Amino acid sequence: MTHPAAAPTRPEAPRDAAAPLLDVRHLSLDFTSPRGRIHALRDISMTVPRGRIVGVVGESGSGKSTLAYAVIRLLAENARVVGGEIVMDGRDLLTLSPREMRGIRGRRMSMIFQDPMTSLNRVMSIGQQMIDIQYRDPISKAEKRKRAVEALRRVGIPDPEDRVNGYPHQFSGGMRQRICIAMAMMVEPALLLADEPTTALDATTEVQIIGLLERLQAEIGCSILFVSHHLGTVAELCHDVVVLYAGEVVEQGSVRDIFHNPGHPYTQALLDCDPGRIKEKTRRLPTIPGVVPSLVGDQVPTGCIFKTRCPHAFDRCDHEVPPSYAVVSGEVAPDAPHTARCHLRDAAEERRP
Amino acid sequence: MSTLLEVEHLKVRFRSMGALRALMRRVKDPYIDAVCDVSFRIGRGETLGLVGESGSGKSTIARALMGLIPSHGGSMRFDGTELRGLSQRAYKPVRRDMAMMFQDPVGSLSPRLTVRSLITEPFRIHGVRDRDMDAETRRLLEMVGLPAGFAQRFPHQLSGGQARRVGVARALALDPRLVIADEPTAGLDVSIQGEVMNLLAELQDRLGIGMVVITHNLNVVRHISDQMAVMYLGRFVEQGPTEEVFHRPRHPYTEVLLSANPEPDPDAKLHRVEARGDIPSLAHRPTGCEFHTRCPRARDYCREVAPALSSAAPDHTYTCHFPLEADAKERRLEA
Ligand SMILES: Nc1ncnc2c1ncn2[C@@H]1O[C@H](COP(=O)(O)OP(=O)(O)O)[C@@H](O)[C@H]1O
Ligand code: SF4
Ligand SMILES: [Mg+2]
Repeated sequence: MTHPAAAPTRPEAPRDAAAPLLDVRHLSLDFTSPRGRIHALRDISMTVPRGRIVGVVGESGSGKSTLAYAVIRLLAENARVVGGEIVMDGRDLLTLSPREMRGIRGRRMSMIFQDPMTSLNRVMSIGQQMIDIQYRDPISKAEKRKRAVEALRRVGIPDPEDRVNGYPHQFSGGMRQRICIAMAMMVEPALLLADEPTTALDATTEVQIIGLLERLQAEIGCSILFVSHHLGTVAELCHDVVVLYAGEVVEQGSVRDIFHNPGHPYTQALLDCDPGRIKEKTRRLPTIPGVVPSLVGDQVPTGCIFKTRCPHAFDRCDHEVPPSYAVVSGEVAPDAPHTARCHLRDAAEERRP
Repeated sequence: MSTLLEVEHLKVRFRSMGALRALMRRVKDPYIDAVCDVSFRIGRGETLGLVGESGSGKSTIARALMGLIPSHGGSMRFDGTELRGLSQRAYKPVRRDMAMMFQDPVGSLSPRLTVRSLITEPFRIHGVRDRDMDAETRRLLEMVGLPAGFAQRFPHQLSGGQARRVGVARALALDPRLVIADEPTAGLDVSIQGEVMNLLAELQDRLGIGMVVITHNLNVVRHISDQMAVMYLGRFVEQGPTEEVFHRPRHPYTEVLLSANPEPDPDAKLHRVEARGDIPSLAHRPTGCEFHTRCPRARDYCREVAPALSSAAPDHTYTCHFPLEADAKERRLEA
């Protein structure tokens, strides 16, 4: 399966041959619940290279948010990391004290959410909130305020000198998200975590926000971990893609490899379902039959996690967990390793569909 | 195809401030027009897609049709009967024939009711007592493809897709002739979106019901609706057969919406037409063409003169002084 090598649609970020900015290795995480342990993330390995935008896609409940929250260590009380490490700047974030972690949050790393009100205080002016987050900087209040105004201007808030005095409720949803982005970017973080930041917005606003993130990323040179279930947005914004299914990474690679040459049946099914890819008007849209398996206790299926819904499942899938196989690339010069956890990608497996 | 619903010049206003405050501030007209001069018709078995950004008035049309809020002008004829001016009492039987399916049909209802009570509630509301509720429950669950055992489940035991199916069953309980679905797929994963849309399409084919589908998801409209209308600040700015509007949009706002639909293809040729800024407030409608503050094609003339309704074809209308040419989209794709 090849496709014509097309001209890049976005400036390619340089890929540093050196260590990635973020390296998640064999991360496993449970939630305790009255029904038993929910094995929400299992053996997750993925990287965020420097200066790249990595999209995390998958259906709801696949663990996208949990992964992002684990990285910034803002997990729910009942979350238990049961294995693995999250390495950034040569340190395993999971071993840091809460105090050390606070030093990283809001400096090396910041986050934006689906609902901007998660990070905004409704009874405080935008300006005051933006001044407060600069508490570490030894500059005057007037200077902090000036910076806040500049940050608002940079994200496209009209009349920032005036609007900086406004309160969150005086802004539209799209403008609030811009303000959150301004606050998150003010510290020029190395890593921005974005959990479905455009999901609740209208399409016209969504594309504005995507354009803004793209521009800021290029200016600041940071990396972005962009969580979304909207494939169109990921295709447009991201350089690399990680596909999650029921708490496992099933495939990862460059955005073109994932969208043009998917190596995992789940990725293929997900792409097939997207009505945006179906050019002919139809009354019958493709679906993924069956349901996501339970992740509670010992109900997690043995073998391949996708086997209960996979149209290609064969005997091996039932008992043997597929390792990460390299996928023969559709790209002439792939700019990220492309791997899929499906036995069909085993070179020894003759029965390709 | 015989007309099921015909709406002409519908107008819905909301009070923007109390009477006393209006008096004190000497505001003569303390109203905002949430829906202005909206006209459309739906035949049996036909679907109209209503699209537009949030706040454009889509749900307000639905609520006015259902008689949940008063309207202030125009007419709404359902199966030949004028709905405007009907008393609440007279509206009740209309709501049997015209059912509303809300965005989150189960989440918005009591978490303590079983699926059985949820889908048989319309019978109770309309005082239909002569039916066997167990049989009705089985019939409705089967119709929407849920196992009979689901009757005893509670809302929290349902997945997103199953909850929508229960919503469909509830809406169809009394064999309506028209279903108004407000964002039927919002918040669902693409795999489940397809399931819900297929179910609606299949039931429509089988039962011949008319549908109004309100959505901000253009991909949904594309596949499910015959006709579509694009709303901006309470008005239809473009209206026509869905395929026609997709392929040959005339209104710049339609083009903005169409191009704000990122394609799941990293090499899709990106030619984005962006609207500047935010939607203006209904309390301060722009002069002239109301889209001029955001329109990429606006000229001085647009600020002064409101465009009249023009036709690209007898059934394809728009309001714009400087419409896109018929081949604009094709040119755009080739560029
Ligand atoms: N605080 C929590 N307690 C128990 N289970 C949770 C909690 N947070 C998330 N989960 C479960 O973990 C899994 C992954 O959830 P999440 O990360 O929110 O997925 P996504 O963001 O992809 O929708 C789901 O099964 C979800 O129900
Ligand atoms: S390993 Fe087997 S079941 Fe799993 S995705 Fe591949 S073919 Fe399907
Ligand atoms: Mg999430």
